[in-house]
Amino acid sequence: MEFEFEVQGGDFSNAGQASSRIKKILKQLNVDPKTIKRTVVALYEGEVNIVAHAWKGKIKVDIETEKIKARLSDEGPGIANIDQAMRDGYSTASEEVREMGFGAGMGLSNMKKNSDEMEIHSEVSQGTTVMIVNYL
Amino acid sequence: MKIEEISEKIEGKVVCGEHRLGEEITCGFSSDLMSDVLTTGSEKLILITGLSNVQLIRTAEMSDISYIVMARGKKVSDEMLNLARENDMVLIETSYSMFRTSGVLFSAGIQPLF
Ligand SMILES: Nc1ncnc2c1ncn2[C@@H]1O[C@H](COP(=O)(O)OP(=O)(O)OP(=O)(O)O)[C@@H](O)[C@H]1O
Ligand SMILES: [Mg+2]
Repeated sequence: MEFEFEVQGGDFSNAGQASSRIKKILKQLNVDPKTIKRTVVALYEGEVNIVAHAWKGKIKVDIETEKIKARLSDEGPGIANIDQAMRDGYSTASEEVREMGFGAGMGLSNMKKNSDEMEIHSEVSQGTTVMIVNYL
Repeated sequence: MKIEEISEKIEGKVVCGEHRLGEEITCGFSSDLMSDVLTTGSEKLILITGLSNVQLIRTAEMSDISYIVMARGKKVSDEMLNLARENDMVLIETSYSMFRTSGVLFSAGIQPLF
């Protein structure tokens, strides 16, 4: 099963809708609650990153019999140094984003902890693609 | 401890989820950081926060958190209320600070999550 969602940069009131939909679908499919939790936390961190840091993006989720694959790709400023961005505490979030409670610099490492496989590709001034896989 | 007792101890006002007041809470966590909240989650956990926005409710939804205390007089907006109802959450407003709320609940036997 494949699902696709559009995500708008800066649109915090709708941030999380894609992850919320996927959560409901995974529940309906009777996926183990721990796997649901891990998958939606990783997805949500990625979704919020598009809203907080990029201009617009797409989230594609593919649910197969043995795994869940998600691809979050955006058009945005990209990440110049991925190792640095992965480090806990590193954040370029704006003051406005921090006031909402984001910008701890923990999102990418939360994504890594909550996925079985994760890959990031990014090009400065073009955009970022994050792929995660969780096995069922 | 029952949600109802928790709310009384912090002079709280339950603004959503009144039908769940009899449910038992065993542990608590206080934070103003969404990514921090996303590392937690348990059915019997109460979140104490100084945040009050729609993202907070979304974040709680993703973390499987059902009980939230908004400290320091933060008000719940209609948009938050709608999303919280959709997810059958309990929201409590209190004028107590995060520190005081945490202290009162800790002294009353609510266990720290970490
Ligand atoms: N999709 C993206 N596009 C551009 N930059 C990004 C993207 N995702 C992450 N980054 C960069 O990597 C940094 C770290 O991301 P991470 O998600 O770990 O923390 P954060 O979003 O700043 O804060 P938190 O996720 O804890 O609320 C960001 O501050 C930003 O500089
Ligand atoms: Mg982030």
